[in-house]
Amino acid sequence: MPTKTIKVDYLARVEGEGALDLFIEGGEVKSANLRIFEPPRFFEAFLRGRSYKELPDIVARICGICPIAYQMSATHAVENAFGVSIGGQLRALRRLIYCGEWIESHALHVLMLHAPDFLGYPDGIAMSRDHGEIVRGGLKLKKAGNDLMRLLGGREIHPVSIRAGGFYHVPRKRDFEPIAEDLRRAHEIAVALLRWVGTFEFPELEQDYEFVALRHPHEYPFNEGRLVSSKGIDIDIADYESIFEERHVAHSTALHSVIKDRGAYLVGPLARYALNFDRLSPDVQALAGEAGLGPVCRNPFKSIIVRSVELVHACEEALRVIAAYEEPDRPFVQVEPRAATGFGCTEAPRGICWHRYDFNAEGDIEKARIVPPTSQNQPSIEADLKEVAGMMVDEPDDVIRHRCEQAIRNYDPCISCSAHFLKLQVHRS
Amino acid sequence: MAERPRLAVWKFASCDGCQLSLLDCEDELLALADVIQIANFPEASSAYVEGPYELSLVEGSVTNAHDAERILEVRKQSKFLVTIGACATAGGIQALKNFADAADFVAAVYASPAYISTLATSTPISAHVPVDYELRGCPINKTQLLEVISAFLAGRKPSILSNSVCIECKQRGTVCVMVKGTPCLGPVTHAGCGAICPAYGRGCYGCYGPMETPNTGSLAQHWKTLGESPSGIYRAFQTFNAAAEEFRKEAERHAD
Repeated sequence: MPTKTIKVDYLARVEGEGALDLFIEGGEVKSANLRIFEPPRFFEAFLRGRSYKELPDIVARICGICPIAYQMSATHAVENAFGVSIGGQLRALRRLIYCGEWIESHALHVLMLHAPDFLGYPDGIAMSRDHGEIVRGGLKLKKAGNDLMRLLGGREIHPVSIRAGGFYHVPRKRDFEPIAEDLRRAHEIAVALLRWVGTFEFPELEQDYEFVALRHPHEYPFNEGRLVSSKGIDIDIADYESIFEERHVAHSTALHSVIKDRGAYLVGPLARYALNFDRLSPDVQALAGEAGLGPVCRNPFKSIIVRSVELVHACEEALRVIAAYEEPDRPFVQVEPRAATGFGCTEAPRGICWHRYDFNAEGDIEKARIVPPTSQNQPSIEADLKEVAGMMVDEPDDVIRHRCEQAIRNYDPCISCSAHFLKLQVHRS
Repeated sequence: MAERPRLAVWKFASCDGCQLSLLDCEDELLALADVIQIANFPEASSAYVEGPYELSLVEGSVTNAHDAERILEVRKQSKFLVTIGACATAGGIQALKNFADAADFVAAVYASPAYISTLATSTPISAHVPVDYELRGCPINKTQLLEVISAFLAGRKPSILSNSVCIECKQRGTVCVMVKGTPCLGPVTHAGCGAICPAYGRGCYGCYGPMETPNTGSLAQHWKTLGESPSGIYRAFQTFNAAAEEFRKEAERHAD
């Protein structure tokens, strides 16, 4: 049988630059390489010698789509190193700004990047000509998330108010009045969106992922929790390096993460949902059921439903925090540097974002290590691609190519974070 | 519908935040797509319309040989080329590698440095091709982005001022943070953000880059009287617009 190569040179509707090479030999998919050629920007290198005070502003620039994730993991790592813990309203405000980022990021992906795949449109704008109401609603939902980030952070991309110990500035209670109204409307839109995506047709695929996410005693996770997995991992975030490792492969400027003993694992909405279903409110659980989900979802194409469930949850959680808000006495607690190592791990929209910093006595960084979500998911993306392409090797290349692109978009891959961009090549033999 | 001008959005080394600003125009996006054809915008659409393009928005800086070639092709295909953001306009935060040993940088991040191809520098688009307009900011302000696109559609110059952040503090009625003893880059930084940092109780950190003819020396002197160390001053000018000439030169004066 002929060798065949299918190639996607520039993957669209993902954040960053990547490509895919599929090698098909004798009717079997031999390998699927997700090539990431996003030019590296060397954050870990130029963070050396920088002060803990500069850290949240600098790491935000790793990703314009999820700056809060980087700022949160970094500030938690600083506080962990310097022995400070943030409670009360400051902690609640951090959850609130994270709700804003999840709403903005998930709404963008569900509506503008992912839904068009299921309905056969090239993008959300083209889709709006036939589905005007849902697209306009989705944009309102996205805007509510951005408005929340702007109120708390000063602006939606690279917010300026985050610092070790809390915020530079916190809102007054009355500042939330207009936004609470918008969020109530956003909640209704999110529920409608969830019902809508539940009606899509999904390819049959069940993957035996090892799910990895944070787990907190009471909450659906944002900033805190133990690191747990569906195959028994249950560790403090400081022990991450004893279980997980990054490998450098030739075809990617993003490092690949694996569990040392077992290989690929999955982070992000499917993992968070499966490991924390019992932390969602009864209302959200019921809505997930109505949309066709059980407490665990192993079909990566259905990640669009799980993201929509998380949108409803984030709107609900944001309204809860706002209702209970009382202005704190001070926008931040004092942080005193010392020579120490600190760890931070929080749930970015795409999954856990793990940071480790070694500080000297002045609080300057001696060594930085940052593990973004997309690099952790790369081996799972490649496993999905092998599976998806394997089920359709006899189809024309164009059909395979389209389905593979869709399989990659299931992950909402943020290649800017992991390094950046996607191309697909299929090699058949 | 009459033939709409074609828009292309290009990405070089960056965080994607500036092109995201276009998708963050939630209230304007659908109307914008009625008057301009979004012909090539891979982050938002898998549709692709071949060039030439009447308007190209370029995000990111040039950091490898492949991108140095690619920007020449982008220029050829673009009637009007606008750079968006600090990376495209000044090399961005990744220009910090211009001042370091590139091999050391690669080794600090990657286990197998031989797999990584990178130039020793991160350079702005204008170092490679002529640029028709530069929009500042890390990230850009989406209202200013809409102004640039509107001006292009109307065939006029964008109405964007090049004065300092101080003017924006006065406009929004923010009390000067330096009066209260907080070092601020506002007096030498290009306006456009809306002076958010001082309004949020902190000094400006210069993410919009230098204003026209900034007096950085005088500001650095004032920072010293507020108790800032030479290394603090050095780092302030060596972050988001490290390779912008006026900031680079001021930083050099405070290097170890």
